[in-house]
Amino acid sequence: MSRKISNEKYKKTFSYHMKQWFTGEKDPFLDSVEMKPQKEFAETKEEKSRRIQEKEQMMDWIYSGERNRELRAFRKAYHVISVLFCICLVAVLLIAVSYLPPFGNAGNPVNNEVPQRYIESGLQETGAVNIVTGMILDYRAFDTLGESHVLFIATCTVLILLRVDGDKKKRKEAEVDDRLYEPKNDVILQTVARILVPPIIIFGIYVILCGHLGPGGGFSGGAVIGAGLILYLNAFGFAKTERFFTAKTYKVMCFVALGCYCLAKSYSFYTGANHLESMISLGTPGAILSSGLILILNICVGIVVAGTMYTFYVMFRKGGY
Amino acid sequence: MVFFEWVRFLAGGFLLLFGLGIFAIEMIGVYRFHYVLNRMHAAAMGDTLGIGFSLVGLMIMSGFNFTSLKLLFVVIFLWFSSPSSSHLIARLEVTTDEEKEKHYRLVKLEELEQEISGRETDGCPDAGKEA
Repeated sequence: MSRKISNEKYKKTFSYHMKQWFTGEKDPFLDSVEMKPQKEFAETKEEKSRRIQEKEQMMDWIYSGERNRELRAFRKAYHVISVLFCICLVAVLLIAVSYLPPFGNAGNPVNNEVPQRYIESGLQETGAVNIVTGMILDYRAFDTLGESHVLFIATCTVLILLRVDGDKKKRKEAEVDDRLYEPKNDVILQTVARILVPPIIIFGIYVILCGHLGPGGGFSGGAVIGAGLILYLNAFGFAKTERFFTAKTYKVMCFVALGCYCLAKSYSFYTGANHLESMISLGTPGAILSSGLILILNICVGIVVAGTMYTFYVMFRKGGY
Repeated sequence: MVFFEWVRFLAGGFLLLFGLGIFAIEMIGVYRFHYVLNRMHAAAMGDTLGIGFSLVGLMIMSGFNFTSLKLLFVVIFLWFSSPSSSHLIARLEVTTDEEKEKHYRLVKLEELEQEISGRETDGCPDAGKEA
């Protein structure tokens, strides 16, 4: 090592002191510190067996009921108190239940003017044969909008937490791992998926589109479509699904669906608040194209839920797509 | 006509009870066996035969209408999905099991054929005992 100044001169410089302090050779308060290389932990067989024996003995002393009287008392008390606590809880809940009004009684506090209004003029005001859908997507549409946003925010959080970095090596490792532990290119699964996926997705679309005519709606139909997509992904792998569904597709789909929902609902809020006549007619009840905005809102919610289900699955399995 | 209704009700009820009995056997099997593949054998029985009998019983009770058709679709869907999902579980178990020798004996088809034919022709000393 060549230095520009001599060794003795160098020892007086600030940088030398700094280096000493940094490497721990000299503490500014304690003066020089003795440095020793750390010994590797080593023990003979006897020492090891004795150590383990001592540890076991200690655990035995602490945790055996015969030796530790406090523990014995605690265990007995624990059993008694837990049984008493459960009995008390059951009793409290049973008493509370016994005070509830009988189910279906006309005089119940639930049967006030609100459900009466829903039942009597729900069909007239919303145009939906299914009163529940009329309630969710018309009277309480603001609440459903919040729910869709909760789903969207949950996906954002999952994306942030589970996304594997853009590092190509890591992504590749995840892929290889996937191939090691998941049965891939399974002929039985592929055949079954080829038969089952189209009916599943068609059923999901049917559930979404008929949300205002019968049981169903955006949330359940979207879940069905998402399950169909997951089955397809499991059978045929990421290469096939990424042809039509990537993170970008999901982002665009979600944004368009939520924006559409917001615009449609803003329109109806605006007209409702200003007592204007809505331009969208309610149509004849029972027809597919009826009940004003409910069909559009159902489709929006369905798209968001289907995309979210699929994205959750992909994130948990691979972390990015 | 009333007699016919009663026969239909009884047949449907009998099939439903039979399906529920198979479910009970399945439950016992799932808790009595200890290894995945054995348990799956017990569980698959309920998913195919038990649900099949129960839903056919419900179909007979409900009569010839749209509800029966939906139930038929449910049966067909379950008969597709349940065996394929158990096949996947079994495959994953076989590929990731670390103590195969403890749990089962792997046999190749040719070896098994040889074993069986050897028993039949040569007459092993303890062939009669095993059979």
